[in-house]
Amino acid sequence: MIQLEDLHKSYKIGNSSLHVLKGINLKIEEGELIAIMGSSGSGKSTLLNIIGMLDLLDTGTYRLDNVEIKNLNETKAAKYRNKFLGFVFQSFNLINYKNAVENVSLPLYYQGIGRQERQHKAMKYLQKFGLGNWSKHLPSELSGGQKQRVAIARAMVTEPKVLLADEPTGALDSKTSQEVMNLIQEINNSGKTILVVTHEEDIAKMCKRIVRLKDGIIVEDKKIKQNLIKSNV
Amino acid sequence: MFNKDRWQEIFETIKKNKLRTFLSGFTVALGIFIFIILFGLGNGLKNSFKEFFLDDATNLLYIESGKTSKPFKGYKASRRIEFENEDLYDIQKFFSFYLEYITPRITRGAKIKFKNEYGNYTTRGVAPSHQFAEKTIVTNGRYLNDIDIKQKKKVAVIGRLVSRDLFGEEDPIGKFIDIGKTVFKVVGVFKDSGGDNEERFVYIPYTTRQKMEKATKKIGSIIVAFKPEIGNSGALAFEKQLREYLKQKKFIAPSDSKGIFIRNVSDDLKRNQQFASALQVIVTFVGIGTLIAGIIGISNIMVFVVKERTKELGIRKALGASPKSVINMVLQESIFITTISGYVGMFFAVLILKNTGDRLEDYFIKNPYINLSTAFFATIVLILFGAIAGYVPAKRAASIKPIVALRDE
Repeated sequence: MIQLEDLHKSYKIGNSSLHVLKGINLKIEEGELIAIMGSSGSGKSTLLNIIGMLDLLDTGTYRLDNVEIKNLNETKAAKYRNKFLGFVFQSFNLINYKNAVENVSLPLYYQGIGRQERQHKAMKYLQKFGLGNWSKHLPSELSGGQKQRVAIARAMVTEPKVLLADEPTGALDSKTSQEVMNLIQEINNSGKTILVVTHEEDIAKMCKRIVRLKDGIIVEDKKIKQNLIKSNV
Repeated sequence: MFNKDRWQEIFETIKKNKLRTFLSGFTVALGIFIFIILFGLGNGLKNSFKEFFLDDATNLLYIESGKTSKPFKGYKASRRIEFENEDLYDIQKFFSFYLEYITPRITRGAKIKFKNEYGNYTTRGVAPSHQFAEKTIVTNGRYLNDIDIKQKKKVAVIGRLVSRDLFGEEDPIGKFIDIGKTVFKVVGVFKDSGGDNEERFVYIPYTTRQKMEKATKKIGSIIVAFKPEIGNSGALAFEKQLREYLKQKKFIAPSDSKGIFIRNVSDDLKRNQQFASALQVIVTFVGIGTLIAGIIGISNIMVFVVKERTKELGIRKALGASPKSVINMVLQESIFITTISGYVGMFFAVLILKNTGDRLEDYFIKNPYINLSTAFFATIVLILFGAIAGYVPAKRAASIKPIVALRDE
């Protein structure tokens, strides 16, 4: 699904440049649930941003579903993001003046889908994630876990090829973290490829594969036995 | 261009961000409101000014007499110069090349009475052409004519306010009034745009006035109108020749600056026109100033609005909004708000100006107005600058990478 070859990325800070990714090689198959781990500054978020086309790579190649992603301008990147990728952020990034169902239907608006259908699809996903009764609530009226589930619903509503989650449980307590991870596992079980960036071991253990980054290179890449959460929520 | 879905999205945004909408709308509405009010009041000031100073004909020379200050040809100094009917005919004869018309003016105060009503008014003994010099408008009956002069008829043309004071609602035409114990027949009522004072005059034939004063031939002052086509330089030449001619005729030393005074209205006119155009410049300046203040106001708000929305725009971009659609959204929203509120502000300002009318006349503001094209132009300028002011930060926000916009504070 995703192939990265010899990926380099550096940032200019003043006169010096900071080499963040120093040759990443990574192959991700369809249906994987993969945790990208590392301490802060290891480059894990940069890697996710490049995969998410929120940031550009310097050298190397990036293939998504066998299509090489290069020479991206903003408009093209926006189109790809909308079509192939779903994002979940640590701070949820819901639009605060839109209610749950409006937030979820927003990516469909940018696909040019009609209002009725947007509404219908968004409701379907909210119900699927147990938020049917909260569809008319504003983000400020939802709990952290609910907000993240709305965000996941928003990421999933376009039926993307890959779901990218940047510290999805970073702002949640351990119980709601479990709930969110359970949801992610369920989505993965239905065949979706998911990347989770995290620095928490127990979150990583809920994935099927762990990739450890340190100072811009992959130091470990191993498949693990997934720690499945019992669906009791 | 028109996209129902996009408009729906914009309406939703507007509806859910009432403060923001109110702020930018209010700025534009207020800006345009103040602009139109100030501009209108400025125009009102100009109207009053025009009325005060520019109501008479402008091709006039006022000739007044005084006392000489130097002895000349056996005459002592301090001799009073007086004009007579003879002088009128001579001027007419000698200066026919320059002359359009000429009229004497004999000004006398008089107690005027009708039945039990009376008051003190100023009478002017004049010739028919005085009507053109003062731009007197006869609203009822007629003005003095040549037969009145020739036959020294006891007829009077009275001002609107005289008529109101003495006759009330009654029609004065054909009625007889008592002017300084002589009975005159009212033949006309006039109005004058020169203000209330001018409408308290009573015009009578100058010959009748002379007859009342023991058949004298003396006249007070002379008003000469020159042909407008001779222009300002022609008028000056005429004035000079006329002065020399009269000095010679009345035996006044050529170097004597007293004795005869000639006031050239075209000089006044030029000065007044300069003043009027200075007023125009000030009004325009105030207008532009207000407009600029409005533009700065809306620019500030737009910068603030876009700044506030940076994160939202970042989210939208992460979800698949192209930079173009982000800019369009911000612009369309701002243009929509500024257009609506701009015209609301314009509407109210124009309404207020319309209703003001002559109510501020005591403050020298008469009939304030703004022509509609200026109002529309100003509104469009403000909308346009609002759009530009929104475009610049919107473009910058749209070009910020989503990761930067989404970075947690």
